[in-house]
Amino acid sequence: MRYLPKSDSERRQMLDACAVASAEDLFAHLPESVRLRRPLELAPGISEYEIVDYFRARAADGANGYASFLGAGVYRHFRPVLVDTVVSRGEFLTSYTPYQAEISQGTLAAIFEFQTMICQLTGMDVANASMYDGSTAVPEAAMMAARITSRHRVLAARSVHPEYREVLGTYARHQGMTVEEFGYAQGTGAIDGEDLESKTDDQTAAVIVQSPNFFGVIDDVKAAAEIAHRRGALLIVLFTEAVSLGILEPPQEADIVAGELQSFAISPSYGGPYAGIIATREKFVRQMPGRLVGQTVDTHGNRAFCLTLSTREQHIRREKATSNICTNQALIALMATVFMTVYGKLGLRELALQNAAKAHYLAGTLRPAFAGKFFNEFVVRCGNPEAANRALLKKKIIGGLPLGRFYPELADAMLVCATEMTRRAEMDELSQTLRAAATAEVLA
Amino acid sequence: MYPEDFRYTKEHEWVLVEGGIGTVGITDHAQQELGDIVYVDLPKPGAGVERGKSLGSVESVKAVSDIFAPVSGEVTEINPVLADAPEKLNEDPHGAAWLVKIKLSAPGEVQELMTAADYQAYIGAEK
Amino acid sequence: MIQKVRSHPSQNEALLFERSSPGKRAWQLPELDVPAVAAAEALGAANVRAEIPGFPEVSEVEAIRHFTRLSTWNYAIDHGMYPLGSCTMKYNPRINELVARIEGLAWAHPYQPEALAQGAMEVMARLEAALAEITGMDAVTLQPSAGAQGELTGILLIRAALEKRGNPRRKILIPDSAHGTNPATATIAGYLVENVKSTADGMLDLEALARLVDKDVAALMVTNPNTLGVFEENIVQAADVLHAKGAMLYMDGANMNALVGIARPGDFGVDVMHLNLHKTFSTPHGGGGPGAGPVAVKKALEPFLPAPRLKRVRGKWAWDYQRKRSIGRVRAFYGNFGVLVRALAYILAHGGPGLRNATVDAVLNAVYIRKRLEPYFDLPYPAPNMHEVVFSDERQARLGIRTGDLAKRLIDYGFHPYTVSFPLIVHGAVMIEPTETESKLELDQFIDAMISIAKEVETDPEMVKQAPHSTRTSRVDEVAAARKPVLRWKPA
Repeated sequence: MRYLPKSDSERRQMLDACAVASAEDLFAHLPESVRLRRPLELAPGISEYEIVDYFRARAADGANGYASFLGAGVYRHFRPVLVDTVVSRGEFLTSYTPYQAEISQGTLAAIFEFQTMICQLTGMDVANASMYDGSTAVPEAAMMAARITSRHRVLAARSVHPEYREVLGTYARHQGMTVEEFGYAQGTGAIDGEDLESKTDDQTAAVIVQSPNFFGVIDDVKAAAEIAHRRGALLIVLFTEAVSLGILEPPQEADIVAGELQSFAISPSYGGPYAGIIATREKFVRQMPGRLVGQTVDTHGNRAFCLTLSTREQHIRREKATSNICTNQALIALMATVFMTVYGKLGLRELALQNAAKAHYLAGTLRPAFAGKFFNEFVVRCGNPEAANRALLKKKIIGGLPLGRFYPELADAMLVCATEMTRRAEMDELSQTLRAAATAEVLA
Repeated sequence: MYPEDFRYTKEHEWVLVEGGIGTVGITDHAQQELGDIVYVDLPKPGAGVERGKSLGSVESVKAVSDIFAPVSGEVTEINPVLADAPEKLNEDPHGAAWLVKIKLSAPGEVQELMTAADYQAYIGAEK
Repeated sequence: MIQKVRSHPSQNEALLFERSSPGKRAWQLPELDVPAVAAAEALGAANVRAEIPGFPEVSEVEAIRHFTRLSTWNYAIDHGMYPLGSCTMKYNPRINELVARIEGLAWAHPYQPEALAQGAMEVMARLEAALAEITGMDAVTLQPSAGAQGELTGILLIRAALEKRGNPRRKILIPDSAHGTNPATATIAGYLVENVKSTADGMLDLEALARLVDKDVAALMVTNPNTLGVFEENIVQAADVLHAKGAMLYMDGANMNALVGIARPGDFGVDVMHLNLHKTFSTPHGGGGPGAGPVAVKKALEPFLPAPRLKRVRGKWAWDYQRKRSIGRVRAFYGNFGVLVRALAYILAHGGPGLRNATVDAVLNAVYIRKRLEPYFDLPYPAPNMHEVVFSDERQARLGIRTGDLAKRLIDYGFHPYTVSFPLIVHGAVMIEPTETESKLELDQFIDAMISIAKEVETDPEMVKQAPHSTRTSRVDEVAAARKPVLRWKPA
């Protein structure tokens, strides 16, 4: 087998050195009752070419050549070619967690740059070296708020991504945390401040809002902040579309920012792997989960980097750790770092503006259901979104996400997204088809 | 080495009682075991502490150790020096780097702690 | 005479922000085919940000040089062996990278119509089946993002099953030799942790276990082989003790590299376990992630698995969200699909016989290292080891040299250190796992290096204490980094 670099004669030499007669004897000490005495029921190993064929055939069943208007937490953005060039280097791809600083300065420096750029992007003082994804960054942020405030109630906006709220529920249940939801305003699609006000009390650890929210609407972070802070609760602000931070004001009022970086050159890849982040104020740093890289010096006074504040983590604090997380999505975070480097200060702004331009053009031909300002996604009422999508598929267009599965009151609506990759012709086709489908509905 | 007027716990804390107030710290043995101390986590003044229960922790780069209250009572003061200079705990654990002052709620508890001689013997045996 | 490495100039490189200059750019977007928008008007003036302060501005050439230079400061599997115990740092096959990037898979949106996701779903279904066969379990979820999350999922499954029976119970037993994620996980799942001491042989203490298991205990979390690399010979009896009291056996699958094709956890009493695809199944560590932590269960726990689950409907794959007893989601969408593709490619490349051969080589390599290093390093637990071996620094400690120092000196010989100071039941642990993808030459060079260092401890201990000597940076000041954390760059 091509990955096993020993010849039979070398194996023989090694067995002899161990005074073992045969390789099977290496397992002789195992109780017979546990031994698997038949071959694994898996096909024999195949060649590279056959492996590629297998996956190509699976990929052929996909959406190749289709236009897509799906967003909803996973976004189609150009991936600069430099991203794969950099992460394909064996020194990054096949290296281990940088516990041994002297031979991991490459990874450590890159993460330090990542942490810096996330702070710059979000306006926070400190950011960690990434969490699994945006959806798990939310419960981690909630648990952090619970530790800081010693309170156990969390309020989450309904306009936070529905699957993220599900994940929050799964984690909260076992932490003695209760999660309650508050609604959105029918007109704007932003949070319902009155509903939030009525539910916030002095047992609330955190209020969680998303901006732009799941409906694409730029949410009323200031209102949420005022209500939360007045009651001594922390404000957690979440983003799922990182490109929005290229043009939108970051949430200065937030105590903790949680987010998903998939938009930064991370392939949609049917749901993962992605990279989440948590960023916060200096005073909360010791309550942050996840790895942190810090700057220091070596014995000659040269600048160097190392993992730090490790005593928060599982391998030291064990049952008292801030989280059980061990991994950080280092390679994924590196993709985001290269993306941010390629676009830089002006490019990210231009990219965001292009997204806004495309989506606002589309919105001009359809009619957003909500009046609130939006970035690159919005909700459109279209009678029967599933039927509309079937019509679109015939034209090799994947329409927006029908919202009925998450919001029964929006069963007649879909969430559409346009990015810098969306072509005008595709948008025109979408509008036309949606209008025709709506008309057909009326006539039917 | 180990002040006669201190009393000691098996978890390597010391307490010096004067007029109903106990000044608490960790012993020289403890700071040696911990190595370079990077952070000290202390309770807020006014907090209640119970003998034998954790009142905070001391961190080195690679380890965290709980600080167990040698006596019960209310925290009246915490040492302001340690927030910015945790390394003082390595330098002067029995003096300038005391941790907290506690107003004793059960002064009798002090009798159950070890004397300097007992503690010396205890750590000698541990080795 | 150090054979494996020689010094070589490596480029210096500042941080991106220190190389930035206004106006430099590495990007170009196509012209808009729709009208541009005025930001304030479209988004609301109050919502528009000023420039991102301090964000880099560099050209493409500088970007490539920057990251390339940084990369040359790293050690990696592509350079040589990582003898890290419990990490299974095996070769990351490049075919895995190629197939994960095939457009139809890499660009698949998790919400795209199921009719256009059949291929992706087939990949996941095939991997689930393969992992079930390998572990001897009945059902697999691919949702958890990493080992620790897999552990959490597993413990939540146990809680759900016990709750259904009427009492979730309060405690989880964990051996003192366990990885730190185990107790951290148990706590997050809302359980109290009780430590089980190992026997003098470093194994699970069956008597102690029998005394500790009562109606308050939900489960025992065990690693097998344990963190000493030794197979828990009493594992079946341990499972019986737990099951008799209505408790369950959770297995941390970090050490599966010793078992694939040889023994199956489902056959020796395990109820639920997680796997680390970034260990046993070759997906790349990438400097710290991503990973994936699938969880495999016996039939009794299947109803509680995270939703949605794959099911066959009229000859096609579909996502089944109607899972009333599910513990819920542990993450959005379906799992780290890109990592799953890589793991399946690895399994296809090896096939059944190949996977077993890999296990045999992994164990042979570790036993060979043990045999050749035994004369030089203290072996605290003499039981037969499998894919990893744990020495202690006791002999060297008498001369004032600890495991951390030995590890740093190993760097000068061209290797990444082994796992230092873990497991906790070995004072001054030296934990070595070579994996099967190391050649005899690499192993011999590692062994020679360790022997040479053992001799250096006797002749020049001070030099060993100051190691490494030949790296870009000498030992870094971790104490200063922790006392006064500087976690981001700031302009002067």
